[in-house]
Amino acid sequence: MNAISRRGFASGLLLSFAFSPALAQQTTPIAPRRLPGSLNTNRRLDAWLHIGSDGKVTVCTGKVEIGQGAVTALMQIAAEELDILPGRITMVSGDTALTPDEGVTAGSQSMENGGSALRYAAAEARAILLEKASARLGAPAAALRVQDGMVSAPNGNGVSYWALAEEGLLRREATASVQPKPPAEHRIVGQPVGRLDIPAKVSGQPIYVQDMRMPGMLFGRVVRPPSYAARLISVDLDAVRAMPGVVAVVRDGRFLGLVARREEQAIKAQRALAAAARWEIPASLPEPAALHAHLRAMKTDDTISNEKHAEAPAVAQRFSASYTKPYLAHASIGPSCAVAQYAEDKASLRVWSHTQGVFPLRADLAKVLGLPLDKLRVTHVQGSGCYGHNGADDVALDAALLARAVPGKPVKLQWMRDEEFAWEPYNPAMVVEVSAGLSAEGRIVDWTHDVWSQHHNNRPGNPTRGINLLAAWHLEQPHQPPYPRALPQPAGSGDRNAVPPYDLPNQKIVHHLIPEMVLRTSALRTLGAFGNVFAIECFMDELGEAAGQDPVAFRLAHMKDTRARAVIEAAARLANWQPGARGDGSQGRGIAFAKYKNVSCYVACVVEVAVDRTTGEIRVPRVFAVVDAGQVINPDGLRNQIDGGIIQALSWSLKEAVQFTPQGVTSRDWQGYPILTFPEVPKVETVLLNHPDLPPLGSGEASQGPAGAALGNALKHATGLRLRAFPYTPDRVKAALNRS
Amino acid sequence: MAAITLTVNGARHQVAAEADTPLLYVLRNDLELNGPRFGCGQGQCGACTVLVDGVPTRSCVTELGTLAGRQITTLEGLASQGRLHALQRAFIAEQAAQCGYCTNGMIMAAKALLETTPEPSEPEIRDALAHYLCRCGTHNRIVAAVQRAVREG
Ligand code: FES
Ligand code: FES
Repeated sequence: MNAISRRGFASGLLLSFAFSPALAQQTTPIAPRRLPGSLNTNRRLDAWLHIGSDGKVTVCTGKVEIGQGAVTALMQIAAEELDILPGRITMVSGDTALTPDEGVTAGSQSMENGGSALRYAAAEARAILLEKASARLGAPAAALRVQDGMVSAPNGNGVSYWALAEEGLLRREATASVQPKPPAEHRIVGQPVGRLDIPAKVSGQPIYVQDMRMPGMLFGRVVRPPSYAARLISVDLDAVRAMPGVVAVVRDGRFLGLVARREEQAIKAQRALAAAARWEIPASLPEPAALHAHLRAMKTDDTISNEKHAEAPAVAQRFSASYTKPYLAHASIGPSCAVAQYAEDKASLRVWSHTQGVFPLRADLAKVLGLPLDKLRVTHVQGSGCYGHNGADDVALDAALLARAVPGKPVKLQWMRDEEFAWEPYNPAMVVEVSAGLSAEGRIVDWTHDVWSQHHNNRPGNPTRGINLLAAWHLEQPHQPPYPRALPQPAGSGDRNAVPPYDLPNQKIVHHLIPEMVLRTSALRTLGAFGNVFAIECFMDELGEAAGQDPVAFRLAHMKDTRARAVIEAAARLANWQPGARGDGSQGRGIAFAKYKNVSCYVACVVEVAVDRTTGEIRVPRVFAVVDAGQVINPDGLRNQIDGGIIQALSWSLKEAVQFTPQGVTSRDWQGYPILTFPEVPKVETVLLNHPDLPPLGSGEASQGPAGAALGNALKHATGLRLRAFPYTPDRVKAALNRS
Repeated sequence: MAAITLTVNGARHQVAAEADTPLLYVLRNDLELNGPRFGCGQGQCGACTVLVDGVPTRSCVTELGTLAGRQITTLEGLASQGRLHALQRAFIAEQAAQCGYCTNGMIMAAKALLETTPEPSEPEIRDALAHYLCRCGTHNRIVAAVQRAVREG
């Protein structure tokens, strides 16, 4: 939905059924029955659905569109259960005044939590409507049929939902007592329904927060310190105040910013303000060449992620290896953007943001700005793809701090490219040390996995003390980020997917969480899974080779899970895998498998490579993937996610590393942080194994781990080189080939 | 600040902005067009692409003062008589977007390619888009959409 019709909602159209979390909590019994998905924490039906007498249905979701098609898939679920055409539905997503609080849209949880909540809520709403229809038509509810909201009785009499709809119809507690449709009856779920947002995006209709325009709107820009640790010595604000179009200049500690009438004026003033500031820049970061040794030596908080011991044959041979990956950037194509507007009296604030979580963002904004929660409304409007926690939340605070200087006026602020690269929270660099023992028969007897990493999830809204918003750390009265704590398995954080998916008699997995901030980090698609799967799946090939077994056979020999076996076998067939085939020095292929978070989507990838041994350049002509995501809600959307994940992961693996010096981050544009381009992108062939009878599993993060690890195995197969550090840039590959 | 006259999507506009203003901000903020998007402001990503006399041009690094007498076309100017351009229809048919932030640049670059090379090979399409960045990994669908537009014209 675009920004303009969103504002239509804001004007009160839907306020008659607006959801009040406080109210819901008061009416909730002490120990309520557990309800499916997010219905458990948002227990009122009218928080999710509104049936209009005008033939329109409004579906509210706390999940938001971040370019993955989640809102379209949620619409399909609601249309399916209500028996209406999707065209009747307006989706309202992510608004602290209008929608349920579903936390953040992350971790591939939209289908698992948001989807099951909506499915049960819609099924119950349909039953309520049918009960009324039954009384009206004098026929038992079980005998009624519904087609696009038209209810008909066996005798041919009918009544529509719209005639039955009345105020307060769904003003009741959900019970989840109505069983949703069996998958065999699905007609909308499981279909490749077109995304709701794509027509606007190809034709230039306003849809992004970047496209918002409001009467009297001004443009903000901030000037960041040159590095995390830089100290502001002096700044002359007066010269900037006098520049054309400048309306306000703000300094609070080392937070500097300004507001101007026109965007280009704001940018010119930003440059002038940056030039007017003098900073002291201490060397505060490690030498980049020694990064992983530095991380390995830091103070850590350790947890045992998993441990098991059983009788096993004697160990005949021992192996160990250390794998590393660098810091990765989200590197959204569109820098982060927000619009903020204070009321004239500064007593309330509205914020429009592409945050993944409107409620958590509101919680942190309220603390920093000293506003009560009910005076602060955050509304989600789409932005550029974020792939996790990027600058979206930070820029919202920036905009709010500047808007406070011009009460009554909306202020739009989009970060410049260099701010996005230098200040977004990165995916942490990681060190993974694995070791294993093989029996004389070539079976794995024991396995250890130790992972060192900063925290992968430093989002706003942490209920403990501390604020995860960038500008808050730079104010005169600075806030501190919360002390990072490991998240429990199976989701985990740095140890996500650190538990091998294989059936091993003995294993011990230890998560060494580095609490100190080296570079700023938070959630990027897969969290630690990308690094952990890289280590596990490449090490599996190392062990298989030592045992004299083919990678596919070696994996299957250690795998009982039938769904896992099915995707591995299907991927091998799809890629025409020839057991025992040898690489020819430059061409080869590798396979890797993961079950996301050890409990979710199954993916096996086969990656083919062609390596130029003189330049070190790796070309990836083709990738094959087989996916079991349980019940498929939208096959086209699922493929888009899987294929996109594979291409992004190959970009991470082949090219990406955040560059820095002891003085600060130096990746500040696309030259300093290159990503995969069209001529380098492989053909991807994806097969979905649909299980309509099983729960849907999130897929947005499922393919990255297997894609990266399969690349590592393909390089080894092609050239004999086992390279245990990403990225595989030509200079590093060439140097390693020369050494070997 | 002098008034500058611009021709965008066939219509003439008077704009009160400095001559060194990047075209992108005028298109977005004065003319309220949404197709061209700010991605980098440095000519590196292609998100801001428009056609200037048919040539794909990065509006974030193109100064207003250089555009007198030129024909500027944006994403909004591709549709005619209420019907989306074949490329736009093909992008919908192929669902060739995830976040869609890069889509403008892809469609505008493809439009220029098809003007000079009406039946490009797949490598030609990839080369024409080599300097247009997509972070979502939608590349193959974008190529498929351009191929569909060629077929279905
Ligand atoms: S915004 Fe113009 S090229 Fe990136
Ligand atoms: S679709 Fe998101 S950047 Fe291309």
